[in-house]
Amino acid sequence: MTALLISILLFGIGAAGSLIVANRIRWLTFVGAGGVILGSLTGIAPAVRAALGAPPQSLRIAWDVPYGSLYFRLDALSAFFLLPIFLICALAALYGTQYLEAYRGRKALAPSWFFLNVLAASMVVVVLAHNAILFLMAWETMALSSFFLVTFEDDKESTRQAGWTYLVASHIGTACLLVLFVLLGRANGSMDFDRFSASAATGLLFVLALIGFGTKAGFIPLHVWLPEAHPAAPSHVSAVMSAVMIKTGIYGLLRILTFLGPPQAWWGWTLCAIGLSSGVLGVVLALAQHDLKRLLAYSSVENIGIIALGLGVGIVALSAGAPFIAIVAFAGALLHVLNHALFKGLLFLGAGNVAHETHTREIDRLGGLLRRMPGTGATFLIGAAAISGLPPLNGFVSEFLIYLASFRGAISLDASGSVPMLATLSGLALIGGLATACFTKAFGIVFLGHPRTEHAETAHEAGPVMLVPGFVLASGCAFIGLFGSTVVQSMAPLISTVTGLPRISVGENLVQASKSVAIVGYFAALLIGLAALLSLARTIALSRRRVATAETWGCGYANPSPRMQYTASSFTQPLTEIFGTFLQTRQIFTGSDQLFLQRAEFRTHTDDPYQRYLFRPLFHGISRGMNSLRPLQQAKVQYYVLYIAITLLALLLWQVS
Amino acid sequence: MSSGSLLPLILAVVLAPLMQAVITRTKSVLAGRIGQPLLQPYRDLWKLLRKGAVYSQTTTWIFQMGPTVGLASVILAMGLVPFGGSPALSGFTGDFVLIAYLMAAGRFFTVVAALDTGSSFEGMGASREVTFSALAEPALFLGLAALVRQTGHLSLSPVLASVSTVTWRHAAPILSLTLAGLIIVFLAENARIPVDDPTTHLELTMIHEVMVLDHSGPDFALIQYGAALKMWLFAAIIIGVAAPWHFGNRWIDLGAALGGMLVLGIATGVIESSMARLRLLRVPQLLLVAIVLSALALAL
Repeated sequence: MTALLISILLFGIGAAGSLIVANRIRWLTFVGAGGVILGSLTGIAPAVRAALGAPPQSLRIAWDVPYGSLYFRLDALSAFFLLPIFLICALAALYGTQYLEAYRGRKALAPSWFFLNVLAASMVVVVLAHNAILFLMAWETMALSSFFLVTFEDDKESTRQAGWTYLVASHIGTACLLVLFVLLGRANGSMDFDRFSASAATGLLFVLALIGFGTKAGFIPLHVWLPEAHPAAPSHVSAVMSAVMIKTGIYGLLRILTFLGPPQAWWGWTLCAIGLSSGVLGVVLALAQHDLKRLLAYSSVENIGIIALGLGVGIVALSAGAPFIAIVAFAGALLHVLNHALFKGLLFLGAGNVAHETHTREIDRLGGLLRRMPGTGATFLIGAAAISGLPPLNGFVSEFLIYLASFRGAISLDASGSVPMLATLSGLALIGGLATACFTKAFGIVFLGHPRTEHAETAHEAGPVMLVPGFVLASGCAFIGLFGSTVVQSMAPLISTVTGLPRISVGENLVQASKSVAIVGYFAALLIGLAALLSLARTIALSRRRVATAETWGCGYANPSPRMQYTASSFTQPLTEIFGTFLQTRQIFTGSDQLFLQRAEFRTHTDDPYQRYLFRPLFHGISRGMNSLRPLQQAKVQYYVLYIAITLLALLLWQVS
Repeated sequence: MSSGSLLPLILAVVLAPLMQAVITRTKSVLAGRIGQPLLQPYRDLWKLLRKGAVYSQTTTWIFQMGPTVGLASVILAMGLVPFGGSPALSGFTGDFVLIAYLMAAGRFFTVVAALDTGSSFEGMGASREVTFSALAEPALFLGLAALVRQTGHLSLSPVLASVSTVTWRHAAPILSLTLAGLIIVFLAENARIPVDDPTTHLELTMIHEVMVLDHSGPDFALIQYGAALKMWLFAAIIIGVAAPWHFGNRWIDLGAALGGMLVLGIATGVIESSMARLRLLRVPQLLLVAIVLSALALAL
């Protein structure tokens, strides 16, 4: 616990230091990044120990705030979420030292480093807090510091708009959390988490938690801020937000579930439904994007959906009294939290390298970058394969566990239990297929083929500081892919905390489940080995033969231009057509339909359907409603005095009657 | 890991190209031609393996990785598929998920290898491949779920071992619906008519063949052999359900299964000879039919 407090303190020093040395760039980078990196390194050891089952530690300091106390508690659940927070923050800070160089002289960098430290500290406090007031304050600090990080390039209109959307969404979520904690606190007479327990109306509390934390996590339809905020932020901030910050929503949901007592089946059903819609629609929206970082943001919605599917299956199984299925499903969902942190961090940093070197995020303006940026390309490929859930990488391990749980549930549970299981497994299959389409597009169009523009043509590899984080994360993806069974077995304390089942039986069940995972690991190693062997054989065979290079086969046409290549939009056109009713892609064609075309232009744009058909009309309606109250505001003191008098009178009458 | 038999893997490795030859021969006979010898696919592979190679200037190491990962993944998946009453080499709870995802990994690398050439033809093929397989995947999983539910096992070898004539008598509607769904997936995944025409000469209409236009020599041999193995894999699962005779004698069981494969090969040839390829826009509807059939099998 002391180490974690020191870690928070180091973040604090980093934040304060950044402001003090604001005008000395060298010192600023050193202090700002140093705070985040040192703080993270300090905290990682106790987090690992606690995640592996060290007894929970608490620290409570009195606090003047009403109902509040500085009550920290480190248990397996907190510790498990601390791991990616520390890892990704440290790597992102390292990456940021070079990424922000490009803005030197144009932008004040001190606020960026200040808020990155504050964000890191607040995320740590969010998962450690054991008092609702402390939690909410950290939660709000987290939202505000990330808001300021998102609006780093505030000279752009689009960035300001994105920040605004994020701020509003974030506070709608927080409003629900406020109500949730007040209800819990009033029922239990204390704001400390360990005093919270099952009370009446658990259903209402669950729904409040779902909306409040779902907004942060990005459940559809509460996801609308994600595709705005993530592309707008600098890439290392997008990595932190997408890889770990949105996971605090999952953390919050799990923490609340531990208060609510035995879960009810419909919570699981709801989570499965949310997971299914977030997963499928998230990846479909990702497919339709032209902006690389926007694509990655939607893919985060998809992965949050997969996590929700796992949680849903787990809750359905818990309520049906099937502990093995529940344990496997929770293990899958939680492992996916960690996995997504690894590969989404990797992909955002890779996308950052691309944007940094080519000054564009438009997928259709890129191409051929693998030759120019071999390191970025190779790691991006690993991330793309991992996020598509393919062996031999980590994404497969967590999805495999969720599949395993839902297949098992489909056999052994009765009709009401097996329907969500079947929906989950067919949904996962569809999501998997669509994710493969989405990420072959993202990798293939950006890194392969010919460069489509001069920007892509003249790109160079990013510096080592911007490459190392990618390599670290890629090896993490490979490690979990190969040694998943060890990781799964070590999750016993965590799963026992989440489900409330005794740790020994959880451990036994996990050992049982990890047998399959171990064989998956062997197969992953065999796949790498066999592919390498075949490549070697091919190389040896070809070494003594004639190997020629030629132009790509174009059916006899020998002068292809880069513009003739398939584009990202054409690659995904069949799929976006199938989901056309949902996507409502706008196509704008200007040009004549005469035989000899002079000039023509074709654009497609896919708005977020929820933004367009749900939230925009909703907020327009609200603002119109507010406008109709305008006449009340007359800017004359007499009127306001009258309003006060009327209010007092009304209150008096109400009190009397 | 239950102790398995090497036999299914060896049979697949040796006989897979023969199944393609059976389809080709059936088509030839129905078209009134004599057709190529049954060993022609082996000769083609041997010829390709001894050749040099031509690589496009545009390509990188990704292009060379496609065929090797493709073949490696399907060989490993074969290690999990039982045949004719002999259990697979390896089997564990949930192994069919690994089979499906190994195939997906092979597909991923074939698709990025196609995009590596920068050719719009290959991009087109890659685009169609990912589209159709995204829809075939849920159909496959629902079909597997129906089998799992019917037999109560979570590993492919015991699942197929417990489908017997008795099961067919009890649950004929469920099994036939599942089978119909699986056959559509088989045709779609293996680039057969009515989804794709492996013998067409027009790049614009192809799916799988157009993705590998630029591969040559040993690379192309790996791709062709991988495709043959993939077909054998799906066929073996289908025959495991459709020909559920367990006579008790291992060799007779194997013979029956091989006979089943022959019949399936001929049936595929007959389908290919008797109908035209569907318009590409219709293919998603066909796959949707497969999804509905499998879902119906589950609902029964």
